[in-house]
Amino acid sequence: MRAPMPDAAPPLLEVTDLRVEFRSGREIVRAINGATFSVRRGETAAVLGESGSGKSVTAAAIMRLLASPPAHITGGSIRFDGAEVLGASMSEWRKRCGVDIGMVFQDALASLNPVFSVGWQIAEPFRAHGILHGKAALERAEELLGRVGIPEPRQRARDYPHQFSGGMRQRVMIAMAIALDPKLLIADEPTTALDVTVQAQIMDLLLGLQRERHMAMVLITHDLGVVAEVADHVAVMYGGRVVESGPVRDVLSRPAHPYTLALLESVPRADIGKQKLNPIVGSPPDMANLPTGCSFHPRCRMATDECRASLPPRVETAPGHHAECFRAREVFGGR
Amino acid sequence: MAADLSTASPTPGLEVKPVPGDAPIFDVRGLVKHYPIGGGLRLQRSAGFIQAVDGVDFAIRKGETLGLVGESGCGKTTVARTLMRLEEPSAGAALFHGEDIFRADAAELKIIRRRIQMIFQDPYASLNPRMRVGQIIAEPWVIHADVLPRRLWATRIGELLESVGLLPDHARRYPHEFSGGQRQRIGIARALALNPEILVCDEPVSALDVSVQAQVVNLLEKIQSSFHIACLFIAHDLAVVRHMSHRIAVMYLGRIVEIGPVESVYKTPRHPYTKALLSAQPRIDFANEAGGDRILLQGEVPSPANPPSGCRFRTRCWKAQSLCAERSPPLLAHRPDQQVACHFPLEPTDTMGSADRKKSTQ
Repeated sequence: MRAPMPDAAPPLLEVTDLRVEFRSGREIVRAINGATFSVRRGETAAVLGESGSGKSVTAAAIMRLLASPPAHITGGSIRFDGAEVLGASMSEWRKRCGVDIGMVFQDALASLNPVFSVGWQIAEPFRAHGILHGKAALERAEELLGRVGIPEPRQRARDYPHQFSGGMRQRVMIAMAIALDPKLLIADEPTTALDVTVQAQIMDLLLGLQRERHMAMVLITHDLGVVAEVADHVAVMYGGRVVESGPVRDVLSRPAHPYTLALLESVPRADIGKQKLNPIVGSPPDMANLPTGCSFHPRCRMATDECRASLPPRVETAPGHHAECFRAREVFGGR
Repeated sequence: MAADLSTASPTPGLEVKPVPGDAPIFDVRGLVKHYPIGGGLRLQRSAGFIQAVDGVDFAIRKGETLGLVGESGCGKTTVARTLMRLEEPSAGAALFHGEDIFRADAAELKIIRRRIQMIFQDPYASLNPRMRVGQIIAEPWVIHADVLPRRLWATRIGELLESVGLLPDHARRYPHEFSGGQRQRIGIARALALNPEILVCDEPVSALDVSVQAQVVNLLEKIQSSFHIACLFIAHDLAVVRHMSHRIAVMYLGRIVEIGPVESVYKTPRHPYTKALLSAQPRIDFANEAGGDRILLQGEVPSPANPPSGCRFRTRCWKAQSLCAERSPPLLAHRPDQQVACHFPLEPTDTMGSADRKKSTQ
């Protein structure tokens, strides 16, 4: 899982300086102001952030799920499998990415159609892409249901979403996402709505599938523990920017951005007894009215006038480990 | 009355908490809550019962925090709601200073409720959007008119707001002007308005962002230790519960399976479910290889309408034997203070054999 990949392998997905804004009336919400990260085959890249940090919009932008208006992609690039897909037409995108990127959403009940059986829904991608039809498609759907760990898949394929529990519905979604054997799986908070023992089952399933199919995975989450356990790389988002990124072990054990550091100090940990929690003061920024300079400066213990005035540079503190902070080297060296 | 929080307890979380006195101020015995299935349209004919809570016993001592953990549907919120008499219990007793809350009439209940206050999960739904913050905090004094003379309200509202880290000026604002974390602070100020002896907190930080959670956790801890308030702390986040609690009770399908001091339950869980639950929590720590000792439970929690006979966890337990299906294990002390409801409790030295381990390879 955490085996280092040869650096020579080109990234399967490469997001560079992506910018997305939502316009309504006179208000402009800059949801993403510069997101840069990549993922190679067989690897898991986590995008970590709190609500409003831009992590789900990033996923939606990759999947072309943003309605325009109000959303406008104002800059950057998304390269998939060696080609730019940001400017591609919808039909071209479908051809290039429709089969090769699968997605799992957080809310399985809202993402499944309540009036069709789950077997019919899992077979949908085969029909839509003209790969299989009728009975053959349904049989393939039953196989997939079995693969994601649903007991008695032949019977359960005829059931409707409401007849499944939360964990089982998430399995159905995963079956649908992997139906066309994608090269990349994007999972947007796939276990957030689930209990911890079910979360462990679903993460185990996702990692098993990833290994078996050598897929790349982009995992969008707010949970530091999940990131630590399953990701190879992490991109930490704050105020619409990737403020720190790198190999997960480096970033979490030796953060170079004050936000990552503060986040680590503010979560209680089940594996350690009583420890002092060091909360981050204030609240996450208002995306319609971002602070000047570094958007974390109002909550940062280390902020200086420089941070209020201008955007910090992207500093490489260790090979592949970047942080957007004037004092990145100081934070990185401080531990 | 107006305790100054800033001088009390300089470093919450690090100091050893005072050992709470022995006499429980709150004693719950045999609490049962069954909901009938069907009814209504089917001419009141009940098709059975959802056994949401099925025989729960625990006690809380003065100044103590009891953490109540378990997964959705285990009955932890139902326990809280019946203790507040927001739901009527089906059976059992809840003794508060020796007086049974479940048998109290409306007048008695009003007096008891003054001393037990609740903090809710959803800071957006639990504050009236049409009331100013000051009115929200003062509402308990409208209901309990003898607590505080009206001329002192404004001062006290200011003090309460300061004690939860807000400004006295905020009393004039409306809830929508505040962020989630600030709203939860308002809810806490309201709960403190009557100087309660017990706070029932139902998932008080689950709805908050990670960076804001710690602020509220620290605040609750400060309040709890400086006012010496007992606390029933309900949460599904095992890390938060460990941080907050002196003792912890683990629920599974309507029953307590293990209860004891928080450190000994976390370090040496005796019930297989406790062990599985703790092992499933993702960890940030890289010292232990991730997931190395993870127990993946098979299947799902059975329906509380038709729970398994005997031990309710037996259908998913790797230690289950025929006895487990025949007899329900009582909650027994296997060591001083730590009680377990299991016929074959784990030994503290039990490391799971590979045959035991339900590690799915799929």
